[in-house]
Amino acid sequence: MRWGVITFPGSCDDQDVFDSLKLELRQKVKFLWHKDELAGNYDCIVLPGGFSYGDYLRCGAMARFSPIMQGVVKFARSGGLVLGICNGFQILCESGLLPGALMRNAGLQFVCQPVYLRTEETDTPFTGALKKGQMLKMPIKHGEGCYYADLQTLERLHKNRQILLRYVDAKGRPAAAANPNGSLENIAGICNEKRNVFGLMPHPEVACNRILGSEDGAKIFTSIAAACADRAKSHG
Amino acid sequence: MRVRIFVLLKEGVLDPQGNAIERSLHTLGYGEVQNVRAGKYLELNVDAPSRAVAELRVREMCDKLLANTVIEDYRFEISSES
Repeated sequence: MRWGVITFPGSCDDQDVFDSLKLELRQKVKFLWHKDELAGNYDCIVLPGGFSYGDYLRCGAMARFSPIMQGVVKFARSGGLVLGICNGFQILCESGLLPGALMRNAGLQFVCQPVYLRTEETDTPFTGALKKGQMLKMPIKHGEGCYYADLQTLERLHKNRQILLRYVDAKGRPAAAANPNGSLENIAGICNEKRNVFGLMPHPEVACNRILGSEDGAKIFTSIAAACADRAKSHG
Repeated sequence: MRVRIFVLLKEGVLDPQGNAIERSLHTLGYGEVQNVRAGKYLELNVDAPSRAVAELRVREMCDKLLANTVIEDYRFEISSES
């Protein structure tokens, strides 16, 4: 399978995503520049973390108008897999590829810490290698990660089981104290209705090696790789 | 025409900045202050044949970029000076 990692002006986790995919997971991966058209055959496009366009106006608001994003929207609409991490999640919400919005952390502070996550749904290409209820440990580092959606949107998220990850305490409970940023219902990651676009605030790319404290992030990437292998098989 | 645009978080959407500002004002002795909301203020010039056209265009700009209508409301004023 082929991965593409987009670099926007102000992206800073693009290299970490690239290195984790290439060096830890032995994947074929290419950098994509925000000013280019999305050309070539990719199975999964990753929008990395950072501060695209200096977070001007709102986080992710400007990046969605990058030339490459027109291609990413088309790619997603035609069923391609899109993963947005942190700022990438913000961009996906601003582009309308994911519902809701990410707002300033309720505590107003930038949070940089490891968190526990609970796997809520596994019938997606992003969480297929996980078990329902499985705990993951990954770091977060963001100032605007407070997920918000209006009541109707939240009901749709429940009905379609689009909430894939929640912040939990060490015992796996989505307690208020385990919510690092004030996100609605401790939401850490959601997918779209078609289940081919996934956004999350935690950083799987820096949790792919034991030396960094956790290998749990790799399970997101291996889920995607396995889903793509299945897709390739079923398409002959 | 000169356009003045005000973007504010919707009623009911948590505004931690507004709350922090309110607490600071209380600390300074302004106990009469309530319901502080922090938002954005933008000014811009538009070239348009009429006020109606300008309104239409600015509304589009707000919906597409200047406000995120999932969480924010906006309003604007247009004056003939520039």
